[in-house]
Amino acid sequence: MSKRLMIGNEAVARGLYEAGVKVVSSYPGTPSTEITEFVARYNEVDAEWAANEKVAMEVAIGAAISGARSFCAMKHVGLNVAADPLFTVSYTGVNGGLVIGVADDPGMHSSQNEQDSRNYANAAKVTMLEPADSTECKEYAKLAYEISEQFDTPVLLRLTTRIAHSQSIVEECDRVDVPLKEYQKDVMKYVMMPGMAKKRRLVIEDRKDKLVEYAETSGINKMEINDTKIGIITAGAPYQYAKESFPEASYLKLGMLWPLPVDLIKEFASKVEKLYVLEELDPYIENHIKAMGIEVHGKDTFSKFGEFSNVSVREAISGKKDEVTYPDYNPPMRPPVMCPGCPHRGMFYVLSKLKLVVSGDIGCYTLGAAAPLSAMDTTICMGASISAAHGISKANPELSKKTVAVIGDSTFIHSGMTGLASTAYNKGTSTVIILDNSITGMTGHQQNPTTGKTLKGEPTVAVNLEKFAEAVGYSRIKVVDPFNVEECERVIKEEISVEEPSLIIARRPCVLLKGVKYDFDVNIQKDKCRNCKMCMKIGCPAISLVNGVPQINKTLCTNCGLCKNICKFDAITL
Amino acid sequence: MSTKSIMIVGVGGQGTLLASRILGNLAIEKGYDVKVSEVHGMSQRGGSVVTYVKYGEKVHSPVICQGEADIIISFEELEALRWLPYLKKGGKLITNVQQIMPMPVIIGAAEYPRDILETLQKEEVDLVSVNALEIAESILNSKVTNVVLLGVLAKYLEFDKQDWVDAVLSTVPEKFREANEKAFLAGYEQ
Repeated sequence: MSKRLMIGNEAVARGLYEAGVKVVSSYPGTPSTEITEFVARYNEVDAEWAANEKVAMEVAIGAAISGARSFCAMKHVGLNVAADPLFTVSYTGVNGGLVIGVADDPGMHSSQNEQDSRNYANAAKVTMLEPADSTECKEYAKLAYEISEQFDTPVLLRLTTRIAHSQSIVEECDRVDVPLKEYQKDVMKYVMMPGMAKKRRLVIEDRKDKLVEYAETSGINKMEINDTKIGIITAGAPYQYAKESFPEASYLKLGMLWPLPVDLIKEFASKVEKLYVLEELDPYIENHIKAMGIEVHGKDTFSKFGEFSNVSVREAISGKKDEVTYPDYNPPMRPPVMCPGCPHRGMFYVLSKLKLVVSGDIGCYTLGAAAPLSAMDTTICMGASISAAHGISKANPELSKKTVAVIGDSTFIHSGMTGLASTAYNKGTSTVIILDNSITGMTGHQQNPTTGKTLKGEPTVAVNLEKFAEAVGYSRIKVVDPFNVEECERVIKEEISVEEPSLIIARRPCVLLKGVKYDFDVNIQKDKCRNCKMCMKIGCPAISLVNGVPQINKTLCTNCGLCKNICKFDAITL
Repeated sequence: MSTKSIMIVGVGGQGTLLASRILGNLAIEKGYDVKVSEVHGMSQRGGSVVTYVKYGEKVHSPVICQGEADIIISFEELEALRWLPYLKKGGKLITNVQQIMPMPVIIGAAEYPRDILETLQKEEVDLVSVNALEIAESILNSKVTNVVLLGVLAKYLEFDKQDWVDAVLSTVPEKFREANEKAFLAGYEQ
């Protein structure tokens, strides 16, 4: 058996493979994406990108009911989208095992909020496991299928960014081929009308009692009794931070986060002098312990938000600040930016120039909110750009005349399609711009229903965005090249001025895609440059001022030529 | 041995991940427990990036905090300055002398600090600076800058030179093996 370094996400994928999983359906979302990318490499697993997380979970539910071990993965906010099926599949239970991977993002490295998915486990009454390193990622993924089938329940496998994206050593085992379980029609179990659901509601309570028993006795929640002055109840990444800072302390390491044990916590609390509960985000375990009437230190000692670390845990418990080794010079920030050659840059330059109100969305193009483009007014969630722009147009006619929605191709499929249909149906007049760069960009290049390729790279049908818009009632549909800034400006002005719903598709592939190569040699002709600094307004990382004059950094430049289209003095040549 | 903590820092797109992979694989080969941690996603789009590599008998936390790094290797000068507080007192700071302007500097909202190397020297850091980009371009192109820097780092760790070369060769694609070996050795001989 080979041992190697794996990020937590790869280890989960390995666990799925070894557990005999047959169907995986997911929607990409940092930090969960690589689980599905890695598992797609195994021929034995049918893995796919779904249109969104709700679809993904429903695919996995269907596969499980039909008898196969199945899986879906998503980031924390994706679970909001899939919450509808989650709450009811808790009632129906499964046939083949069903595991739902959900990755939270404490500290918001790549997310719009910091919600804590453990609350979903409690609210939907669905078992949740949480690994603390890559070895456990693999082991818990496999264990989740045993629990799912033994207790007839879906199982949530919760990761956080630090576990999903940290590498540690994993030992590979063989795959166990799990035959399809027999499917039997069972209306009382799988058709959730009120009469049936009322009966299943009782089953959930009975199942919870059995799961609590499992949490007490199975060994997934482990006591490590050392020095008993300090006892720490913890799970996931915070367990590792605490072990590094307080190796001599006693621990109750929880692997199962719903349901939580009761007797085990009481026993541990009775053995230690001072009890801490160490958890990132919400006081989830803390509230459970306090409801038992046990005195414990949690959010009175540790932060209520953000990601923890060895030092933050050490400082909080000891009450002493670590010594500073070197001063912080507070150097200029280096925020993420649109890549040199990014097709979105041309469109955002125009939106910025026209000073439009931009109802934004989730993707690489959210970076258009940053200076110098600064062309975004709102970003809420996947798909909100289109529906919110419609809301603006209904509420505020003046604002409406200078408002556009911008949304990427993958985000449009995820949850923009419904907003578009709703806008036309409700006699909306807003202008929607789909930024079609032929890929799901921000999460690192995943195929989607518009790209004509599956997750496994096979050719397939592609959604025709123009025909879709036409079918839901749009008659004004324009396709533009986002690098043709004059055309973009003219079309946008036209479309925002009409009292009809309109769609502009800005189409140019992501510069990082294989096969996208610009065979130019972009240069600034010093004799023609009047140093007007217009080219600085597109916010390209490859152009900066050297001794007060714009200069192209040839290492970063992709020769896309957008800056040439901006220069009024023909000083930039291809 | 106590755990060795090494930080690899730079700008998204500079190839810091490959360097951490090669080092991580080598430490496993030598029988150590290893943890490597990095944040994927949004910050990779030209932002400041950091990878933590830790190895020893048993490694718990995958992250390195302020004042904990034995060695920091920076692919860019400003990033060396940014991550300085993470270095242990008297720790080693290896930096490439390349400068990449961040967006706040490009748009004139901030200034790129002058004389970063002198500032670092005044802090009594065990500083090693190298023009890895120039060396890389003389061998193949800017893409092997990361392996040049890995070569510089290799001198200060306990693994044998040949083991390093083997780890580099087994990690990079076949057609770039020769260039990467040259790049590594050029860094090692700095």
